[in-house]
Amino acid sequence: MSDTPLLQVSDLIVEFPVRQGVLRPVDRVGFEVRAGEILGLVGESGAGKSMCGAAIIGLIERPGRITGGEVRLNGERIDNLPEDDMRRIRGKRIAMVFQDPLTSLNPLVTVGRQLVETIRTHLPVSASEAQRRAIALLEEVGIPAAATRVDAYPHQFSGGMRQRVVLALALAAEPDLIIADEPTTALDVSVQAQIMALLKRLCRERGAAVILITHDMGVIAETTDRVAVLYAGRLAEIGPTRAVLSSPSHPYTVGLMASTPSTTGNLNKLSQIPGSMPNLRAIPKGCAFNQRCGKAVARCFEDIPILEPVRDSQVACWLYDPATLTNTLEKTGATE
Amino acid sequence: MLAFIIRRLGQALLVLMAVGFVSFSMFKFMGDPVENMLGQEATVADRAELEERLGLNDPIIVQYLRYFQRAMSGDFGVSYRAGLPVGEVILDRLPATLELALLSAVFAISLGFVLGVYTAIRRDGYLANFIMTTSLIGVSLPTFLIGVFLIWAFSVNLGWLPSFGRGDTRSLFGVDLAILTVDGLKSMILPAVTLGLYQMTLIMRLVRSEMLEVLRTDYIRFARARGLSQRAINFGHAMKNTLVPVITVTGLQFGSIVAFAIITESVFQWPGVGLLFINAVSFVDIPVMSAYLLLVGVIFVTINLVVDLLYFAIDPRLSVSGK
Ligand SMILES: Nc1ncnc2c1ncn2[C@@H]1O[C@H](COP(=O)(O)OP(=O)(O)OP(=O)(O)O)[C@@H](O)[C@H]1O
Ligand code: SF4
Ligand SMILES: [Mg+2]
Repeated sequence: MSDTPLLQVSDLIVEFPVRQGVLRPVDRVGFEVRAGEILGLVGESGAGKSMCGAAIIGLIERPGRITGGEVRLNGERIDNLPEDDMRRIRGKRIAMVFQDPLTSLNPLVTVGRQLVETIRTHLPVSASEAQRRAIALLEEVGIPAAATRVDAYPHQFSGGMRQRVVLALALAAEPDLIIADEPTTALDVSVQAQIMALLKRLCRERGAAVILITHDMGVIAETTDRVAVLYAGRLAEIGPTRAVLSSPSHPYTVGLMASTPSTTGNLNKLSQIPGSMPNLRAIPKGCAFNQRCGKAVARCFEDIPILEPVRDSQVACWLYDPATLTNTLEKTGATE
Repeated sequence: MLAFIIRRLGQALLVLMAVGFVSFSMFKFMGDPVENMLGQEATVADRAELEERLGLNDPIIVQYLRYFQRAMSGDFGVSYRAGLPVGEVILDRLPATLELALLSAVFAISLGFVLGVYTAIRRDGYLANFIMTTSLIGVSLPTFLIGVFLIWAFSVNLGWLPSFGRGDTRSLFGVDLAILTVDGLKSMILPAVTLGLYQMTLIMRLVRSEMLEVLRTDYIRFARARGLSQRAINFGHAMKNTLVPVITVTGLQFGSIVAFAIITESVFQWPGVGLLFINAVSFVDIPVMSAYLLLVGVIFVTINLVVDLLYFAIDPRLSVSGK
């Protein structure tokens, strides 16, 4: 592979016109995903994680749309492609897996037919060859007796088995990138780990990269190479998982880690950070976190912080701005 | 599956017996069959003898069961007006109503489905909005007005289509059908459209809302994410899922088409059972009226049964092989 990352997202903005104005669920988000890498995307509910995923794969629901920035796949812009070209990328080069395996499959169509149609949409193979591949895929994701189960309907599978089928569907055309939006949240705790392990194994084998959206810090720790933290539609911090988890830099990430006692904590219980994430209609001026941040300086209420390198990571916080550092380092004790 | 069918057949029989009781009561408590059969000059002895012979002294329930049994074998007594067995009179008129109902159901279902799917796919399109607005007219205008308007436009002004009657018929297996001749078909168009317009708009609006609902589901989103073409999504997936809830309503519509045929048949003087019923009402021809009631009951029940079986054919979650 050359130096070009598989996916480059830069200054991405997603906007929804509403009666009172315009909402921005994704606000100048930028990150890269290299081939075969697993990037975690975390943040509270409503932070814009799903919206980021939908924007990358071109499935933002009307009236929302991408109003700024760009998305590049292997260096080529894909955010402004005509719908028909984008459709050819979906499933073939970028696949997406949703949260609920129970509702992701059409109940009236056999899993085999859903696999075959996906394969034949993207690959020039005969119907019988597609059927053969469908069975092979089901075997690969661990469906027992795949050759007969291929003709079964979704309701004849358990939740965990259905999510395996969904993974088979996502992998059907050998995509380079899989966006997995909370792929195990709807499942029994007992099968969550199996599905995560399967996802990880399949992607490693194929060299596919993953953007893993989750609330589960345990999953982040075990599965991802790097992690991006979203807050109110903006990127707060992004860096190697180990670095972000063990020595977070952004005050929000610090609070996040402090509120997750073990690595299995849930992001929705942010006991250490007072208040809650602002509504999209009421994002404060300056840093979106300024109302809850114990370290805010004057500038935090004026200007939106920009992503700057801090140690191994990149952090959007004025505390790490050289100007602020020289002025207030002593007073605030910024780096913990 | 078999148990299900048997259960449904049992239910159907119960419904029919209830309807049968209503039509029997009509028979029993409206008008006097003995007087009808003997005339004014009958002696008391004649009356008593006939009442005994007709079983009119038996308990009501026995009489009812006898009535029901006879009705099920097609014996409804004699029409006061025609002096012929009611079964014969109705059978003679039934083909005209059924062919009209069939043509109008085909019109209502096919156009309703196509327009429903179209207006759902082109949700914000100019034409789709226009169709939706116009369809309100179809729902809100009374049937006879539509019929009169169509006659005025296509018969009186344009002179393209006949305004009443059945036109030529051709016999098939001993049944006279208008649908088999060009002239008959031309005569059918206006009444069929009149009869089906309301159902058509209903089906269209139902299909549209069901389809929009389906297009919002997760599996359609996932189908998009898999890169399926819009065509494959609309026609390979969404339409199939739309079909399930639409079938019941559509099936029941056919029952109402037969029932509503009364009005259309009067407007167009279409010689079917609906017109027969209207004439029977003005003549107080009780046997015909009660038989008609039972007939409509049978049609509704049969359709219900067919609809239930269709569910099995379409939705795999209901079939026995599922868990
Ligand atoms: N159709 C819409 N119109 C307007 N705003 C929307 C719409 N859909 C989502 N949003 C808003 O966009 C923001 C981001 O939503 P998103 O679904 O991306 O959050 P998320 O981080 O995935 O949350 P969760 O963890 O609950 O899945 C939310 O504030 C949400 O209210
Ligand atoms: S920019 Fe200011 S308000 Fe925002 S996180 Fe940093 S210190 Fe806190
Ligand atoms: Mg989400």
